[in-house]
Amino acid sequence: MILSLSKDTVQVLKETDVVFLRNRVKEVAVKIKMGLVNQTRLLTAASELVRNMMRYANGGVCMIEVVSSGRMNGVRLTFSDSGPGIPDIAAAMRDGFSTGRSLGLGLPGTKRLVNEFDIKSKVGEGTVVTILKWANG
Amino acid sequence: MTLNTHTLLQKKKKTILELWMKNQLADEGLREDLISNEELRSQSEELITALVGNLSGDNFSNLESDEWSPVIEILGGIAITRARQGFSPRETGNFVFSLKDAILDVLQQEITNDPATLFVESQKVNKLMDSLSVVTFETFIKGREEVILRQTDEITEISTPVIRVWEGILALPIIGTLDSARTQIVMENLLQEIVETGSSIAILDISGVPAVDSLVAQHLIKTVSATRLMGAECIISGIRPEIAQTVVHLGIDLSNIITKATLASALAYSFKVMRLEVKKVTVTKL
Repeated sequence: MILSLSKDTVQVLKETDVVFLRNRVKEVAVKIKMGLVNQTRLLTAASELVRNMMRYANGGVCMIEVVSSGRMNGVRLTFSDSGPGIPDIAAAMRDGFSTGRSLGLGLPGTKRLVNEFDIKSKVGEGTVVTILKWANG
Repeated sequence: MTLNTHTLLQKKKKTILELWMKNQLADEGLREDLISNEELRSQSEELITALVGNLSGDNFSNLESDEWSPVIEILGGIAITRARQGFSPRETGNFVFSLKDAILDVLQQEITNDPATLFVESQKVNKLMDSLSVVTFETFIKGREEVILRQTDEITEISTPVIRVWEGILALPIIGTLDSARTQIVMENLLQEIVETGSSIAILDISGVPAVDSLVAQHLIKTVSATRLMGAECIISGIRPEIAQTVVHLGIDLSNIITKATLASALAYSFKVMRLEVKKVTVTKL
């Protein structure tokens, strides 16, 4: 069972909020003694998702949670937006697929960077992406 | 006996000012380092003159009315200068609150035999001074925000310098996050400098970039391609171990770009490409 130990939400609306969010995630990761490589992976994953949110949904909210399961601690990030949604999630999760002329590595790459990855999206309503990275996983 | 607070206050202006000055000077938080006593006095006098001058019987509670705009203007001016001078919010707030104390003290001295009137009038003065302090805080915060905005502008204006490390070799240290606007500036500066110096090698150092995600990578790839179109070779240096792992996991293909761990190794590589040699000179002792 995964327990949530602390919760914090950050609004992301402007380009400058991205840096702020990244710093907050880093703070949390350092607090649970996450290693440097995992920290960088988590930060990069967060950075990918928040850029998606800014680009396709004009911003949204990110919830930062410290979670614990037995002896393991981790960081769970939930990105929710009320943008246009993703019509074909399977395609969006494929390497090199992009509707916005980018590299198309954001979502599949993020999945490879974290331990748990979950995406829910409804066209016209928005998208919620949840990622979890264990401190030493 | 009917009593008009505003006429009373107008009459007692001098006393209030003296009392207020005494309060302010007695305050522990007096910042003599930031503002001289004379200046404080003239500020206080200006404010109190405008305040009692604009008082009339019926405008106590309505701060929106035009009669108050000169007072708000003066107060706003004072709050903004204080924000810039580095006063704390408490010190700025005390400036107005001590005036309230002074006015209430005077009211108390004047209305001695009628507690009900004293209460009503004090209440009025209280309300008025409270809204004035809200105005002070709003302006104070606005002043502080301006300072922050100016600093943000300054940070974004720190341009990315292109350094000539050797004849024909340029280096460009990138510090901070690479977004589209920044990449555009970096690319323009770099390409321009390549033309001007006729360099054949450009080194992009990303030691100062906190995270390389797919967007940053895409920007880097674009910069490298543009440099190649100009006939120069582009080397990316300063790739830290954790960034290397992340890039691999993300699945970004940087294999057709020359990458080095440090600026020094990039420079050494450039020397090799340009067939230059760095040698230690053996000094013969005399």
